[in-house]
Amino acid sequence: MSETDLEELKRGTDLVKRGFAKMQKGGVIMDVVTREQARVAEDAGAVAVMSLEAVPADIRKRGGVARMADPGALEEIIDEVSIPVMGKARIGHTAEAQILEATGADMIDESEVLTTADERYHIDKRAFTSPFVCGARNLGEALRRIDEGAALIRTKGEAGTGDVNQAVTHQRNIQRSIRKLSGMEYEERDEWAREHEAPRDLVHETADMGRLPVVNFAAGGIATPADAALMMQLGCDGIFVGSGIFGAEDPTEMGTAIVGAVNNYDDPEKLRDIAKGIGKGMKGQANETMPEEEKLQGRGV
Amino acid sequence: MLNAGVIAVQGDVAEHAEAIERAADRHGESCTVETIRSSGTVPDCDLLLVPGGESTTISRLLAEEGIDEEIEAFAAAGKPMLATCAGLIVASSDPKDDRVSALDILDVSVDRNAFGRQKDSFETRLDVAGLGEPFPAVFIRAPTIDSVGDGVEVLASVDGRPVAVRQDNVLGTSFHPELTDDSRIHGLAFFD
Repeated sequence: MSETDLEELKRGTDLVKRGFAKMQKGGVIMDVVTREQARVAEDAGAVAVMSLEAVPADIRKRGGVARMADPGALEEIIDEVSIPVMGKARIGHTAEAQILEATGADMIDESEVLTTADERYHIDKRAFTSPFVCGARNLGEALRRIDEGAALIRTKGEAGTGDVNQAVTHQRNIQRSIRKLSGMEYEERDEWAREHEAPRDLVHETADMGRLPVVNFAAGGIATPADAALMMQLGCDGIFVGSGIFGAEDPTEMGTAIVGAVNNYDDPEKLRDIAKGIGKGMKGQANETMPEEEKLQGRGV
Repeated sequence: MLNAGVIAVQGDVAEHAEAIERAADRHGESCTVETIRSSGTVPDCDLLLVPGGESTTISRLLAEEGIDEEIEAFAAAGKPMLATCAGLIVASSDPKDDRVSALDILDVSVDRNAFGRQKDSFETRLDVAGLGEPFPAVFIRAPTIDSVGDGVEVLASVDGRPVAVRQDNVLGTSFHPELTDDSRIHGLAFFD
């Protein structure tokens, strides 16, 4: 038998941060406000929960400034469940992220769902031991966030609407650009990087890999098992569900069904059985009729 | 041609599939890798991998899809199997947590998240019995092995706590051997 001492351990490296994100693949991460909701999410098969002050649909209705949740609520949720617990910080709000890390959040979401704290800069995520997730609408945004240290990219979608169409648009944007880049010559990729204000090395890495260099989840408006299956079919590695679980008629049924749908996303007959008789989804608000100024996705580009 | 299976209900599947292919290559074996999300495929596999992810989610989906009993039968048939991190927890005889239903394949009890939360996760060079040079091991909210039964050999430890074990045809690690290019653990489990 061989021995390794604790002194030789390296924490917070890119490998460890991106590795954490990889363990979430094929899973569903659910927004929760209370420890009771966290319990329901874990029992439904969530791979992680996202703690926040109110689900995005309620933030929309309520208006005002949306901030990091009370760290005490995060602590309660950490006590309640054994799966990872994530927390949301405002874009550019380094101090909120520091508090989340100190509280024990396993991943920090620098999120456009909350009110933007810094109009110019995102958080320098490389300075943290905890991994970060950030939203993106297109490949340029995604690669800028990865350059800043994000270990997981999610589509922004349009949070709190229950309308999947913006998540679809964003995922298709990202995939289309990657396919285009993969077919380009070296100097054309360089040019693409300049035009899209994307870090050059990451552009080449993405083109060579034919995918984002970090895990890629869907988020923003996913409300049913079919929505989740659609996003998986579009090449996502997993799903965030915000208001879609606890805004549904029966959160346990809806949560369990969405988890099942992600595992069986390419099997229509199983999806049929999963989607049957699970109660109504959240009411939601169609993106088509939403005024531009009410959209959250333009925050932090 | 060997038929390799990677359980793919949740977790980092693609990384393991690539590691198996690299290890097979190094050993001059050829194999096809199948990712498994429903029942019916495990019995046809020559070797099987249960990856990391979230043990609560994985154990739940294995039962729902009816794959759990197939894995038990696979291990009982003496065919080579590698279980990593959450896979180790699922394969153990006692996860000490009723949120995970264990398959009782490896006679060990495990402590989930034994090193702490994600900010305590780490990488290190690990000495592993049977490998020459130290192995680059990545521990993500990793479990440790708390007690081992007769017939279980401890291959590596961190701070006195076992993190890699072998019992006959089954190898279990609490770390992730698939996150770097080094495929020697996959080689040890399947091809050595």
